[in-house]
Amino acid sequence: MQGIPIISIVTFFPLLGVLILFMINKENERVLKGVAFVIALIDFIISLPVLFYFNENTPGFQFTEMYVWIERLGISYFVGIDGISLLLFVLTTFLVPICILCSWTYIHKNVREFLICMLVLETGMLGAFVALDLFLFYVFWELMLIPMYFIIGVWGGQRRIYAAIKFVLYTLFGSVLMLVAILVLYFYVGSKTGDYTFNLLKLYENIPPYEVQIWLFAAFALSFAIKVPMFPLHTWLPDAHVEAPTAGSVILAGVLLKMGTYGFIRFAMGLFPNATQASIPFFVALSIIGIIYGALVAMMQPDVKKLVAYSSVSHLGAVMLGLFSLNREGIEGGIYQMLNHGLSTGALFIMIGMLYERRHTRLIADFGGLTKQIPVFAAFFMVVTLSSIGLPGLNGFIGEFLIFAGAFKANTLWAVLGVTSVILSAAYMLWMFQRVMYGPIVHEENKKIKDLNLREIMTMVPIVIMFFVMGLYPNYFLRKMHLSVNEFLNRYNKHVTMSIENKNIVNEQVKGGK
Amino acid sequence: MFNYLICIPLFPALGALINGLLGYKFSKRVVHDIAITAIGVSFVLSLKAFFQLLSLPPDQRVVEVILYSWIYSGGISVDVGFLLDPLSAVMLLVVTGVGFLIHIYSTGYMHEDESYWRFFTYLNLFVFAMLLLVMGNNFLMMFVGWEGVGLCSYLLIGFWYDDHANADAGKKAFVVNRVGDFGFILGIFLIIVTFGSLRYLEVFDKATTLLPYGGTLATAITLLLFVGATGKSAQIPLYVWLPDAMAGPTPVSALIHAATMVTAGVYMIARCNVLYSLAPFSLGVVATIGALTAIFAASMGLVQRDIKKVLAYSTISQLGYMFLGVGVAAYSAGIFHLMTHAFFKALLFLGAGSVIHAMGGEQDIMNMGGLRKYIPKTFIVFLIGTLAIAGTPGLSGFFSKDEILWQAFSSPHGHPLLWLIGTVAAGMTSFYMFRLTFLTFFGKERMDEHTKHHIHESPNSMIIPLMILAVLSVIGGYVGVPEALGGSNHFHHFLEPVIKKVGTTQPHHYSHALEYGLMAISVGIAVVGFFIAYTFYIKNPQLPVSLAEKMKGIYTLLYNKYYVDEIYEFIFVKGCKGLGTLLWQKFDVLVIDGIVNGVGAIVQYFGGIFAKIQTGSTQNYAVGILLGVVLIISIFIF
Repeated sequence: MQGIPIISIVTFFPLLGVLILFMINKENERVLKGVAFVIALIDFIISLPVLFYFNENTPGFQFTEMYVWIERLGISYFVGIDGISLLLFVLTTFLVPICILCSWTYIHKNVREFLICMLVLETGMLGAFVALDLFLFYVFWELMLIPMYFIIGVWGGQRRIYAAIKFVLYTLFGSVLMLVAILVLYFYVGSKTGDYTFNLLKLYENIPPYEVQIWLFAAFALSFAIKVPMFPLHTWLPDAHVEAPTAGSVILAGVLLKMGTYGFIRFAMGLFPNATQASIPFFVALSIIGIIYGALVAMMQPDVKKLVAYSSVSHLGAVMLGLFSLNREGIEGGIYQMLNHGLSTGALFIMIGMLYERRHTRLIADFGGLTKQIPVFAAFFMVVTLSSIGLPGLNGFIGEFLIFAGAFKANTLWAVLGVTSVILSAAYMLWMFQRVMYGPIVHEENKKIKDLNLREIMTMVPIVIMFFVMGLYPNYFLRKMHLSVNEFLNRYNKHVTMSIENKNIVNEQVKGGK
Repeated sequence: MFNYLICIPLFPALGALINGLLGYKFSKRVVHDIAITAIGVSFVLSLKAFFQLLSLPPDQRVVEVILYSWIYSGGISVDVGFLLDPLSAVMLLVVTGVGFLIHIYSTGYMHEDESYWRFFTYLNLFVFAMLLLVMGNNFLMMFVGWEGVGLCSYLLIGFWYDDHANADAGKKAFVVNRVGDFGFILGIFLIIVTFGSLRYLEVFDKATTLLPYGGTLATAITLLLFVGATGKSAQIPLYVWLPDAMAGPTPVSALIHAATMVTAGVYMIARCNVLYSLAPFSLGVVATIGALTAIFAASMGLVQRDIKKVLAYSTISQLGYMFLGVGVAAYSAGIFHLMTHAFFKALLFLGAGSVIHAMGGEQDIMNMGGLRKYIPKTFIVFLIGTLAIAGTPGLSGFFSKDEILWQAFSSPHGHPLLWLIGTVAAGMTSFYMFRLTFLTFFGKERMDEHTKHHIHESPNSMIIPLMILAVLSVIGGYVGVPEALGGSNHFHHFLEPVIKKVGTTQPHHYSHALEYGLMAISVGIAVVGFFIAYTFYIKNPQLPVSLAEKMKGIYTLLYNKYYVDEIYEFIFVKGCKGLGTLLWQKFDVLVIDGIVNGVGAIVQYFGGIFAKIQTGSTQNYAVGILLGVVLIISIFIF
């Protein structure tokens, strides 16, 4: 694998697709979709060597590439992958072809532009996961925002403009603060060391003092917390999901939200350990509120998509709880749950999209008794529901188990409160499932709907296979995380204990002085 | 040598997989051939395992087979592995044996059902999960099975999902069980933190050194695990799902909600006997909850009109006995009753199924009566089941129930009050079971002419499993005849290696005379129950009606199950829904979005100038994106 810039190839390959799409007649929908699908599929296939050749015996970044970009400002094109980003990277390439497949009959307006948005979005997301230069990260971060804005705003539902603007408003608000924080960090570290750089690894070596950290951390954390989204910054999510087309929702839930949680562990917590340590109670409290609040509100939603959107608030709260447990179980569980949530919530949105294409409604009350009518759909929907509520044997359980085990180790009360989600998630998901799928058929329209076709089955099968693989043999994935998570924790603990020791010394000096 | 153990759960899993994916294409015959072969192989292998285990010296009867490392992260390392010891061997035989009979019975009972293949898929899947539960070598494997059987229970209760009542019952079962699982999983976390392992052999080995006798830690772990047991095994306060679970097909009630799944909690406590013996307070809680559930559920069973509901409350009550047994540290007595109960309660449920089958779906015993003439085979086996559960001397229920009652009295953890409650409940059991038998099979024929015309005995596929279970209900107790009656209690000795001696409490020594005395009392009270039922429902059928009139308050309270469902509904279901609506409508929509929209309005006001850029044409937007990309790339190049 040496010498091949595999990460850059995977990251920018979708842009090649964009160029090809421009060459195709925009009226030719099938060809456009076919080409985009093939491009995304090839991108997934060429991303697999990254997974297979990833060396799990080394904690550092692999497949790194570094080119000087703007030397004067210390900006470089620096990318690489470690055990924390690896699986999210592959998750992204896995989900994009599925998204194009599930848009096959959903999108008929401006198909070419839609596909271009999807592919540009893919490059943005992949880039954000691999960027090891803060400036480069910011470029990719913003690059994701624009196509997502269009996907919601152009191909969305009735209130798409409101939802899109809300999405941009929320996200930009955070991003701008993050940009300021990046610049402050850049100048601060530069002025201390004389080396003005955006290189993340160098910045890891030069952690500013707590008084500076806390402000920078606040800006980064706010930006990421909006993306996660953490309570109470979550209200853009239900609107964005409800209005976004299926593919948009899948990408949003599957990957974009993980930008927030990934951003926390890679940047906010990685760069500002002492500030992180100081704010654990705050973030844990918000996470736990998010878990319970999201579940309770999800229960009462009349719209299936909104229900799943609020369930995401709950699930992502659990991910944050895992990360802030700051032990190996919690963090690995958190990362694992990011993948699980990407798959199971992505699958839920795909299935809701299938229903929407058939019935042009998403209101729970408009359904009922569908199982008899569409048994194949029902079987898939059941499995996806079970994955979402963390049934052992499927993927969701592994993540939840590790997260709450980690939380339990950190603080018993956190786990006790967090684990209530196992009850609540069963309640809201099964209640929804019952109202949609069971009971008698009360609406005439539901008697005419057709079961899944081959394309739709093929969209679901890879995801369901992954549910089982990840549920039955999680070690394959966990193994790849171990050393990088260890490395993160070692660095984190080094800084945190150092500062405690320093404080003790200071305290002793003060006491001694008296 | 024991590598084939893996095949015991594997075969039902394969059966479920094949029928689940392709069953809709198969004929009914192929479907049940696959399902029955799957569990048949499991049963044969379980027998093999049992006898192979028996051939080993008692102290070597522990076999562990590790399949692969399942979860490894930080301080957690969990394998997929199996443990065969006397306890799991007994459970294996009960699960696959009774399960096998119920599979055969189902071919007759479910024959007309259009979702035949789905039924057998779920049934196989259930057996698979239950086998994981009893065969796992660690707590997480148990939890996998624990949740897995819960899922199958959910799917099978709501099997006829066209009716919302059935789907509701399934959902209720799952959610209430999840409340229990909440405690169970916390218990597992506490075990990980305490022992650094979830492997039984390691945990139980370290327990005596790591956990001080009667300490908080042991008490906390065992109580948390017990919360899980109250859910799965339908004990106070989480029993409410089981009566509703009768919405499922009757073979399901027999297999899952009587013989196997609901006894998982008892198995769990017997499995963790070291931990419980280290926590006398928890034992007290278990015994008290068990005794209270036994009498509380029995009281509700006194007045039910649905043949399956009576049996459901009876099951809850009998499970209470089992917990009373394990709660006074008489673990093998609890497992003994688990086994005999599996025989006679499966028999009673399947017998009830045969009655329902004969009556064309009727379940209200007030619309039955005099059926013994029409379905004599069913009548005989049902009567045997009734005699067994009522504790007729010589039948299986007598030995196991009496051992529990005796232990409740004589064990160092026992108390005469526990014995008294258990004995009174035994009288009630006798009453409601004979009431059920008399109302169904004796007296006036209360069904309408149309139904009467169609009453027919069940096919052999149903009758033969009933007969086998009837035989087991009669002789099943002889493996555990107490010493006082001249037996040598093989069952107890077989389980002995699993039960670890903990602490220094010496058992009291009571004379055999006392044991005989108590035995006589419990038999006597059962006879009293029989005579009251006889007087009420055969000799003087007007009496219960006038009695119900006179004691209307109590009758209504019992008939409405103490209104517990309504209370739970009001507090928990309404509470959660109300809270959810409140948070959503008031906090999300009003407070947060109010702020956001307010900010948005301000921005929009100032942003009006930029509105001209928003042409609304995607063409322009796309060009914009392209320009941006070109810009980024050009920065790269230059």
